[in-house]
Amino acid sequence: MAMLEVTNMGHNFGGLRAVDEFNLSIDPGQVVGLIGPNGAGKTTIFNLISGIYCPTDGEVTFDGQNITGMRPNEIASLGLARTFQEMRLWRHMTVLDHIMMARYSKFTYGLIGAFFGTPKRIREEAEAKEMSYEYLKLFGVDQYADDYVTNLPYGAQRRVEMARALVTEPKVLFLDEPTVGMTPEELDDMIEVIRGVHERFSLAIFLIEHRLKVVRELCQQVKCLNFGQVLSEGTPEEVQDDPKVIEAYLGDTKAVV
Amino acid sequence: MNVDILVQNIFNALQFGSFYAIIALGYSMVYSILMLFNFAHGDIFMTGTYIALGVATVLLGWALPTWVVLPMTILLAMALTSVIGMVVERVGYRPLRDAPRASAAITGLMIGIMLETGVLALVGGQKVAFPELIKTETIHLGQITLTNIKVMIVVASLVMMAGMHQFVKRTKWGMAMRAMAYDFPVVPLMGVPINNIARLTFGMGSGLAAVAGIMFGLAYPILNPYMGIVYGWKAFVAAILGGRGSIMGACIAGYMLGFIEVFVTMIASSVPWMSPSWRDLISYSIILGILVFRPHGLFGESYSAKLRL
Repeated sequence: MAMLEVTNMGHNFGGLRAVDEFNLSIDPGQVVGLIGPNGAGKTTIFNLISGIYCPTDGEVTFDGQNITGMRPNEIASLGLARTFQEMRLWRHMTVLDHIMMARYSKFTYGLIGAFFGTPKRIREEAEAKEMSYEYLKLFGVDQYADDYVTNLPYGAQRRVEMARALVTEPKVLFLDEPTVGMTPEELDDMIEVIRGVHERFSLAIFLIEHRLKVVRELCQQVKCLNFGQVLSEGTPEEVQDDPKVIEAYLGDTKAVV
Repeated sequence: MNVDILVQNIFNALQFGSFYAIIALGYSMVYSILMLFNFAHGDIFMTGTYIALGVATVLLGWALPTWVVLPMTILLAMALTSVIGMVVERVGYRPLRDAPRASAAITGLMIGIMLETGVLALVGGQKVAFPELIKTETIHLGQITLTNIKVMIVVASLVMMAGMHQFVKRTKWGMAMRAMAYDFPVVPLMGVPINNIARLTFGMGSGLAAVAGIMFGLAYPILNPYMGIVYGWKAFVAAILGGRGSIMGACIAGYMLGFIEVFVTMIASSVPWMSPSWRDLISYSIILGILVFRPHGLFGESYSAKLRL
């Protein structure tokens, strides 16, 4: 059985069928891509699996456990982490605070520790700090540790967001358009970052992308979504050459000819 | 004007500022973290004062010495008032977290009325006296005379504010609170149980309000069930004037309010055609003027809420 298994998931927004009959299975270490035109329902699928919305129908299992309708923090602590298309960072918190915050569930000190600095709290915080620096170094943003995230260059902010997701020690990472708005050089860097992360942590990754280059380089499996339904799936090459996919992106080419 | 009166007024301002600041802290934390005006907070302050009164009366009835009664009153009143705050959050606000903000705001007003009339029903409308848990002593420093209670209130408030500041800056809960203030919906995805943080925020704010209530009872030992309203309003003003997301801001704005009020009174009493009853008219005109130039408050960042996910 796959690590993450989605069966016949569907979701309605009022009368709109935003996602219909969606199936997905991700094995440990597998990289799966999700492409599709704007408004196809890609981010909705992320939100449904990560617990922000509760699916109208269908079932999501993670590590053999049914997580359909669980709270986002519960799903997150089971080992699912994600980033956001529009980068949801906490503007006036430092980079280090972002990473430390993501270690929240690993801190076990109590209120007494909070006010009086017990040895346990001091030890836990020292460990978390050390680990945070390790991750920041890994993403090449450790020189920004004490800066507010708003003051960082765009590419660095993206890396901080990814480091924040990874420091929760997930088994599967959801990336929502990690290269949006990037220059070609930044794009190549990001592909390398994702590849490095995938190899180092032997992570499973579920990736939303618009750029076929990223999908080709990283994914073993791709699904193309349109109007909430899977239009095509297979290897990146198969999906890319599927006439239905070309039509969804470019319109009916025969009509032009 | 002589130095004596000036220094005494500074201490009066510090004392009032301390009440405003401590109550404003609870307002500001809830407002920053949950984007919610907890209009019941002034009445939680009043309830805390009455709880302290009840606890102290019972303990004094057991003929315990005041040096035992005072710390026990503080601890028990804080604990019980925190519980009330957490119940208010659970029953009144959590079900309405995604409701329009106006619905959540009137929830606060309604809970406030319930607390006022609840205390009225239990205790009655007559003014009651807060027991003298600390013997008032007058301190003479050269020409300046102060009471020990004033000094204690100011010192205790500053200690609590410093404690809260450290809590929010350094602890895991404090970090979660700050993160929630900036981008609420992302926080649970880091494995943070936001409902617990919301509960903790209400609990701590209410506990602080109880301490403010005890200090108020020691300084002005006459209580009535409606005493929370005006203090609640003024602390609310301080919380907004301080700026969203700023603990320090709320405290500084609280003291500013204290200083403006006391010194406007002082000046108004010395102008022949004015009287001290002009105090709030002039004070709040000044604060309105400040807000016009700093609409996000003194320390608030200009903030465009992204509530969509």
